[in-house]
Amino acid sequence: MNPFIHQQQLVTRRQFFGKSATGVGTVALASLLNENLLGAPAVNMNPLDGLPHLPGKAKNVIILWQGGGPSQVDLFQHKPSLEKMRLQELPPSIRGTSRLSSMTAGQSKFPILPAFKPFKQYGKCGRWLSELMSHTGSISDDICYVDSMFTEAVNHAPGVTFFLTGSQIPGRPSIGAWGTYGLGSLSQDLPAFVVMTSSDVDKTCGQLFFDYYWGSGFLPSKYQGVRLRSEGDAVLYLNNPAGVSRELRRSALDDLSALNAHHLQSYGDPEIDSRIAQYEMAYRMQMSVPELTDLSGEKPDVLEMYGPDVQRKGSFAHNCLMARKLVERGVRFVQLMHSGWDQHKNLSYQLEKQCKDTDQPAAALVKDLKQRGMLDDTIVLWVSEFGRTVFVQGDINIAKAHGRDHFGIGYTIWGAGGGFRPGQSIGETDDFAYQITKDPVHVHDMQATLMHMLGINHEKLTYRYQGRDFRLTDVHGRVVPGILA
Amino acid sequence: MKAALTVVILSILLSRQVAAAPLSFNHDIRPILSEKCFSCHGFDAKKRKGELRLDDRAAAIDPKREHIAIIPGNAKDSEVIKRMLQTDPEEVMPPKESVHKATERDIAIVSQWINEGATYQPHWAFIPPVRAAIPASSQAKWVRNPIDSFIAAKLDAEKVSPSPETDKATLLRRLSFDLTGLPPSREEMQAFMSDSTPDAYEKIVDRLLASPHYGERMALPWLDAARYADSNGFQQDGDTHQYMWRDWVIRALNNNMPFDQFAIEQIAGDLLPNATTDQKIATAFNRLHLNNGEGGNIPEEQRNIILYDRVDVTATNWLGITLACAQCHDHKYDPFTQKDYYSMMAFFNNVPERGVPEGGGQYRIAEPSIVVGTEEQQAQLASIDGKIQANTQEEAAIKKQPEFETQMIAAENFVKQNAPAAWAPVSPSSMSATDAVILSLENDRSIVASGALAAKANYTLQFIPEKGRLYGVRFDLIPDARFPLGGAGRAESGNAVLSKLSAKQGEKAIEFSRVTADYSQGGFSPEAILDANPETGWAFVPDVAKPHQISLEFAAPIESDGQTPITFLLEFQSKHLAHMFGRFRVSFTSAPAPLMPKNVKPELLALVTKDLAARSPEEKKQLRTALLELDPLGLFQANSAEKKQLLDQQKNLQNAMPRVMVMSDAKPRVTHIQDRGSYTVPLGVVTSNTPDCLPPIANQQAKNRIDLAKWLVSSQNPLASRVQVNRIWQTYFGVGFVKTAENFGAQSEMPNHQELLDWLAVEFRESGWDMKKLHRLIVTSATYRQSSKVSAAMLERDPENKLLARSARFRLPSMMIRDLALATSGLLEQKMYGKPVYPYQPPTIWDGLSITKERDFTYPLSTGADLYRRSIYTFWRRTVAPGNMFDMSERRTCVVKNSTTSSPLHALTTMNDTTWVEASRVLAQRLMLGSSDASSWTNSAFEIICQRPPDDQEKEILRRAFDHSLEHFGANNKAATEFLSNGASQRDASLNLTQHAALAHVCLTIYNLDEALTRQ
Repeated sequence: MNPFIHQQQLVTRRQFFGKSATGVGTVALASLLNENLLGAPAVNMNPLDGLPHLPGKAKNVIILWQGGGPSQVDLFQHKPSLEKMRLQELPPSIRGTSRLSSMTAGQSKFPILPAFKPFKQYGKCGRWLSELMSHTGSISDDICYVDSMFTEAVNHAPGVTFFLTGSQIPGRPSIGAWGTYGLGSLSQDLPAFVVMTSSDVDKTCGQLFFDYYWGSGFLPSKYQGVRLRSEGDAVLYLNNPAGVSRELRRSALDDLSALNAHHLQSYGDPEIDSRIAQYEMAYRMQMSVPELTDLSGEKPDVLEMYGPDVQRKGSFAHNCLMARKLVERGVRFVQLMHSGWDQHKNLSYQLEKQCKDTDQPAAALVKDLKQRGMLDDTIVLWVSEFGRTVFVQGDINIAKAHGRDHFGIGYTIWGAGGGFRPGQSIGETDDFAYQITKDPVHVHDMQATLMHMLGINHEKLTYRYQGRDFRLTDVHGRVVPGILA
Repeated sequence: MKAALTVVILSILLSRQVAAAPLSFNHDIRPILSEKCFSCHGFDAKKRKGELRLDDRAAAIDPKREHIAIIPGNAKDSEVIKRMLQTDPEEVMPPKESVHKATERDIAIVSQWINEGATYQPHWAFIPPVRAAIPASSQAKWVRNPIDSFIAAKLDAEKVSPSPETDKATLLRRLSFDLTGLPPSREEMQAFMSDSTPDAYEKIVDRLLASPHYGERMALPWLDAARYADSNGFQQDGDTHQYMWRDWVIRALNNNMPFDQFAIEQIAGDLLPNATTDQKIATAFNRLHLNNGEGGNIPEEQRNIILYDRVDVTATNWLGITLACAQCHDHKYDPFTQKDYYSMMAFFNNVPERGVPEGGGQYRIAEPSIVVGTEEQQAQLASIDGKIQANTQEEAAIKKQPEFETQMIAAENFVKQNAPAAWAPVSPSSMSATDAVILSLENDRSIVASGALAAKANYTLQFIPEKGRLYGVRFDLIPDARFPLGGAGRAESGNAVLSKLSAKQGEKAIEFSRVTADYSQGGFSPEAILDANPETGWAFVPDVAKPHQISLEFAAPIESDGQTPITFLLEFQSKHLAHMFGRFRVSFTSAPAPLMPKNVKPELLALVTKDLAARSPEEKKQLRTALLELDPLGLFQANSAEKKQLLDQQKNLQNAMPRVMVMSDAKPRVTHIQDRGSYTVPLGVVTSNTPDCLPPIANQQAKNRIDLAKWLVSSQNPLASRVQVNRIWQTYFGVGFVKTAENFGAQSEMPNHQELLDWLAVEFRESGWDMKKLHRLIVTSATYRQSSKVSAAMLERDPENKLLARSARFRLPSMMIRDLALATSGLLEQKMYGKPVYPYQPPTIWDGLSITKERDFTYPLSTGADLYRRSIYTFWRRTVAPGNMFDMSERRTCVVKNSTTSSPLHALTTMNDTTWVEASRVLAQRLMLGSSDASSWTNSAFEIICQRPPDDQEKEILRRAFDHSLEHFGANNKAATEFLSNGASQRDASLNLTQHAALAHVCLTIYNLDEALTRQ
């Protein structure tokens, strides 16, 4: 804050309130009509000094988190030779000394299980995908697959924390917090960083989502993601208490502003300014959030595109549509946390169900953004903490009793828009979908690349804490040029 | 040097003195070198470039180097200056890839310092503090104690005057929040306002320091530092009983436990001689880490993560340093090595812990733990223990009776005569199963299940036994390679859970008198097959691949006529997937009392039938033990029944008592340096020790946590006292002398009032680490008592209030904002200590957790007074913090500095949360019942919440607000009723509805005033 400029604002404010103290209604009117007249903005609309570092293409980010670890073996990585090795032991040379979760590390056998469903080629780019992912297939020419993602994490919470905060241990700012801290907000009426959650319908393959997945860590807490809920108030405490109408709230805020402004005169603390602005933004949020969650204005063909689940609040399809609406209204970061891919058991059944619930909406979101011309500056990232093992976990003879275990050594994610090079695939794994054979992309690399697309040099966006300049990518990460358009 | 120097710039820079001489290394030079040079030319040998280090004077001025980095007295020829001035991008320092650049000012300052002789100083915080002479100042009249002298001296130098003392009402409100976290009551305020004695303020200070709420308030920052929470975090987020430690902290603070003892007990209370339960509870400090019980975890990885956390907390909380960097490599800025890091870790590496919490219900506890109960529970437990002891003595007495040996011989004979009955396998006449399970008969009369692997199923078996009398039925489980793990059950584990067994002869139900099994899994006893609960039953993990049997005795012998079928219904209805018999055989017996004696093991029978003389001493011993256990004649029957009952009581009571996770050194381990911080790549072995650059622990061989704790609070330790004084200071002034309360290392900003910080640090230690005395010293200073008002000129001059020419003004921590609403409305329940409570939260607050079915995560809203306890007692779930306690440490890592932000979400909380809406209504009710003068109400409300009467302009706004609300609710009775229905407390129905709603609405506005939310 420039103290001099701020002092100017303070003076303006004081004069303004000095006049209006006898007519509080004008305060309200003015605050509704012209926020800037009142000085201290409720949100930080400006990027940090020196940002963006680079001419980034993307303004917004939508993360479609696929929690639990979707099976790259069944969905993305076409390995026809595996069929001949069905239920044969995975060669120990392939497995090597890789760290496995303690659920399978003690298994005596590691029989290979090929993909459940046939693969097909999609798009002009000819990308192979499971037929379970036909909708994703239909946007293959718009997206960039990364088949060589890897992570050190073997379990969910550390894995998710790693991808979203750069460290396996909770406590660091999330990528959305970093982004909004660096770039500022694009909306006066909505938070800069919004999170929504959904889960598999059966709730048998789910993982919990912890609020540090969208936390602000050591950054000021205003940068943490705000959760938009499907039950109760969409934002905690959004609705007025029973018996308080919007009109009555307005009058209360007018009184509050008048009293606060009066107090400002004797104390001169700029924080009072900021408080008034926050209450006004809260009031605007009370209006803009319900408008946002109202789908009645959506065209039927758009709703249809997202699939039948779109009307069910709390579904992944609903959240995908909401993501578009949020970005449209200037929300910079949208993080959809979907759980249900943790298929240790009953894999064939659960996988099909998951694909049915997520494939169409995710593809619809990309199409919808594209048809509105929003895809160029919006990153859509379909991503998970890890993939799954090519070998079976559990009893191979009983469909309900087997599945695949966590696997972070090489898996697949995809990105679209905002600077992802469309219609291509990066990286490869071996014939066993196990070890990466080409262009490995580490979690920190992906983070660096995303930041790059936003115009941020990941090494330069730092925050001093505990005597150290922290950054999202810790001391690692490199931008992967092949991913960039 | 290839490229030419820019001689012009050089000469300008080097000829000019930019700052008053002489420069101080710590103040002026270290910040530049640390920021711009040390990452490549500092302490970390692995990252060092060009074999040059600048953090060490001898190395920096080394004349043997080809280009001498620093030539004292000669900046012009010093390589560091030449390189900073370089224009060649390949030669310039910091290098072109670095995010840092040397500014002209940097170069000028460093040049001046080199010209002055390039004197180094150790980092100030690593030199023990000394008590400086109390400085004189022009403010003798203003000065109340030595704190003020230091402040005034600085103000003199800056030609600034301190602010006047704040008004009495503001002062009392400030003091009351600072010392107790609660506002003063109206009576306290009135008493203080009318007390004109000179020590009126000091009397209040002493009273508040003696208040039990002092401990509750001072515990808050300590709970943040200790990352205290009531659950483990992560997947199942099991609850814990660590609140016993929270209570310990509050009590210790209220008792004014000296800080050194406070430290020693928390770090090593368990290792003190004759450690008390309280001292063990204190060590929970190092057990408040996150606990990850996620399936598939690698326990050793989790255990190491916990160890890293302990090192970080120790470093941040007690030493104010950051060691975390040294987990992977030598610290770049501070002289901490990787060896230092793991030597510190070694202090904590002897805990008998696995790394993951145990238990499957609501509570998940990671050992080691101690069971702690209320006094009543402890007394009950002692009484049970006494009875168990008496029971054991009785048992011994029976054995000592002269006839006992004769009885044992009789018992032996009894076993011999009652050898197990003969059982005859039978084939069913018909059999069927539900859920598409298929039953088929094998040649050996065993029954094998196949077909669908249903989650649950029932088997119906029908037999037509030959004519005769039957006394019992037995089911033999036959392990088979066709089933998982070669077991006899169809479950993935080879197990089965027989949840219910029933039988009938014809249509007549058959009763059973006894059921036994050769083995049963813990919690799955054979008796459970006779109850109606489908979740209980008999099971036999882990030895699934061994034969097992479950036998039942009929309550009355069954007479078979050779025609009427006997039908058994075996139900497998537990929640455990496919847990049903895979292969088994049914037998009947026609021997009476077939289960008496209790299943005599073949080994015992062999011993009993063996000739007395042929028995080895070992066999005699075995036989004796077995007979005593079997007790076929019921010699100990009464005694055993009582013992079983007592043990059950003991177990139930222990389960009901809190189990606190504590420290223990019961499992010594070897500690290794870990390559790049990875526990999978151990390097050299280290032993427990403190960092090399700090004064060592007094000469000693093996060092344990006690030594560590005593070293921390020893007079040689330069950090502990400073760090605590700084933290206490920030309680009162928003920021500490060292802004980075978590880091006093080289990267921290130099404190603005180092002499005062050091003076207080020495004072604190020499006072016997008397915490209340330190608090008293600060709050009775003139510095503290200043007004927090700020002029525009002063705001511009000192926006961060570094000079302390005014008091601090900051928003209250959210816990106190809630407590303020409860206290001023009269709702506050003052009960202290105990299990955490569940006040109002949005009902869906934990819905994110319901993604798993592992546990019910419905928010268990408290009732009655528990809704209104102080915020410190609110249940803190690590995965989802309470929604209305914003801006708090998330209680996951050690946080010693709170951030106070203002966000629209906070505004929504205090405007809309039931807590504030109900408080507004209850306060309004109190006012209306207290006075019939409606015109006084809003003014009183303002005074109660802000602890000062409103001025005329404020009165006018309040009056209009009330009128407007009256008008609104007057026209809308329904809204008034709804508004007054928020919250669980009863409303006095005799009050005028419109007035009550309108006043409550104005109260809600007042609760949201910046002034109400702020301590100023």
